[in-house]
Amino acid sequence: MTIYDMTACVRLIGAWFLGLLRELGRMFLFLLDALVTIFRPPFKFKMLMRQIRFLGSKSMVVILLTGSFTGMVLALQIYYTLRKFGSEALLGPAVALSIIRELGPVLSALMVTGRAGSALTAEIGIMKITEQIDALTSMALNPIRYLIVPNIVAALIAFPLLTAIFDLIGIYGGYFVGVKLLGMSSGTYFSQMETFLKMEDIRVGLYKSLSFGVIVSWVCCYKGYFTGYGAEGVSKATTSAVVLSSVLILIWDYFLGSVLLR
Amino acid sequence: MIEIVNLKKGFGKQRVLNGLNLKVLNKELVAVIGQSGGGKSVLLKHLIGIIRPDEGKILIEGVDITGVGGKELDRVRERFGVVFQEGALFDSLTVYENIAFPLREKTRMEKYEIEARVIQGLEDVGLREMGDKYPAEISGGMKRRVALARALITEPAIVLFDEPTTGLDPIISSSIHKLITKTHKKYGFTGLIISHEIPEIFEVADKIAMLYNGTIIETGHPEEFRHSDNPYVRQFISGSLEGPIELL
Ligand SMILES: Nc1ncnc2c1ncn2[C@@H]1O[C@H](COP(=O)(O)OP(=O)(O)OP(=O)(O)O)[C@@H](O)[C@H]1O
Ligand SMILES: [Mg+2]
Repeated sequence: MTIYDMTACVRLIGAWFLGLLRELGRMFLFLLDALVTIFRPPFKFKMLMRQIRFLGSKSMVVILLTGSFTGMVLALQIYYTLRKFGSEALLGPAVALSIIRELGPVLSALMVTGRAGSALTAEIGIMKITEQIDALTSMALNPIRYLIVPNIVAALIAFPLLTAIFDLIGIYGGYFVGVKLLGMSSGTYFSQMETFLKMEDIRVGLYKSLSFGVIVSWVCCYKGYFTGYGAEGVSKATTSAVVLSSVLILIWDYFLGSVLLR
Repeated sequence: MIEIVNLKKGFGKQRVLNGLNLKVLNKELVAVIGQSGGGKSVLLKHLIGIIRPDEGKILIEGVDITGVGGKELDRVRERFGVVFQEGALFDSLTVYENIAFPLREKTRMEKYEIEARVIQGLEDVGLREMGDKYPAEISGGMKRRVALARALITEPAIVLFDEPTTGLDPIISSSIHKLITKTHKKYGFTGLIISHEIPEIFEVADKIAMLYNGTIIETGHPEEFRHSDNPYVRQFISGSLEGPIELL
């Protein structure tokens, strides 16, 4: 390798890194702008309601389905593991803890990203390429207020609620498998849960779901708002919004679990 | 009055505007003609501060908008109505709601006043029956007319039109041109209209300006334009392939 190859290599890595930093800076400024605008009147309640419906109530079916099957699969798996140690009685708390602390927030967030986040990016991206965002700006209206803030607030409201529903239905899915199929006593399933589950665990789940709400709405809005040209630009933006949201959800989940909320 | 002084803008290496000068007097309707991809839409977006110039000044009623932002810029924008190239209607709102939108969001008008205005606006553009439809459900020509109604509903002092008739059939085109002339007479706005409709636009505009190579190479009254001896202008308005203009 000659010295020229090496400088070219370094230059390439440098350019990539600078591009990454610039993009990150732009993303954080975007979030900051949105967070400041949240507290500034006028508030757009109608848009907020529309987005809560879009992100929240329209995601219900997906959440119910994934929640119940997650609970069922989990109960099945954990039951066989616990039986090896002769502690099947702990099935209830084991299912509840994994769902409430981990799977509920994470899987709900991933499902909402797939169902609503992608659609959100596409919708905002299309508004961008068809100049609807420019039209708002030209009317002296702040597009962040009309398009971004309602989504972030809606996500902050919808994500914890969806997660709670996921948790509940998941625990009942586990109950169905443990009690109805594998023949545990229903008293054991719930009484052990009461013993082992702390308010702290529920709080962890709540914090996670709130922060996932911010991540998903932020990333998906950002990707739509800065979409490239044409249909191709929108499709690229949509893909990268889903990928980036999902990866960030998993990374942030680990981070929260290991550092902040031990 | 709009006064553009030495406006320069590039995207990356590409130079789009190269020291452009243009003046639009009060209540005057000026048409900008020029090649596709020549930077006409870019010019228009500078006037409302959506694109910021690299160099130069844009004076709206004497205020240079290139240096201002935030509330001050918004106050200038409130004087404008803009018809974007493809209409830019909000597709989550009905036709009626689209036209009512600027009134609902920017004024304290009562509901019944807004309704009266919007219905009048719909009637002006011949779309009284279409209020309940969504933009996706109406034709391209109707969209442009709705966009026109939306831009004019606040009775702005300055109206910008980005190719309001491109891609429409000749009859709809002339109906839109007529509409522009009519509303111009009625409200007396200052207007800038980007158009490819030659020679029809000569009947609509008070003055023509030709954009070429990032600058305005000629301005004049329609009659002067028709008989211009500038070879670029002559080639462009005759649509000939022979001449000094390089194809983009
Ligand atoms: N936001 C942008 N970023 C980068 N390049 C841009 C941007 N907007 C416009 N351009 C480029 O500037 C040039 C002029 O574009 P513009 O849309 O102003 O053309 P136009 O004169 O309006 O053409 P048409 O008559 O086809 O609408 C084009 O080459 C376009 O690629
Ligand atoms: Mg254009």
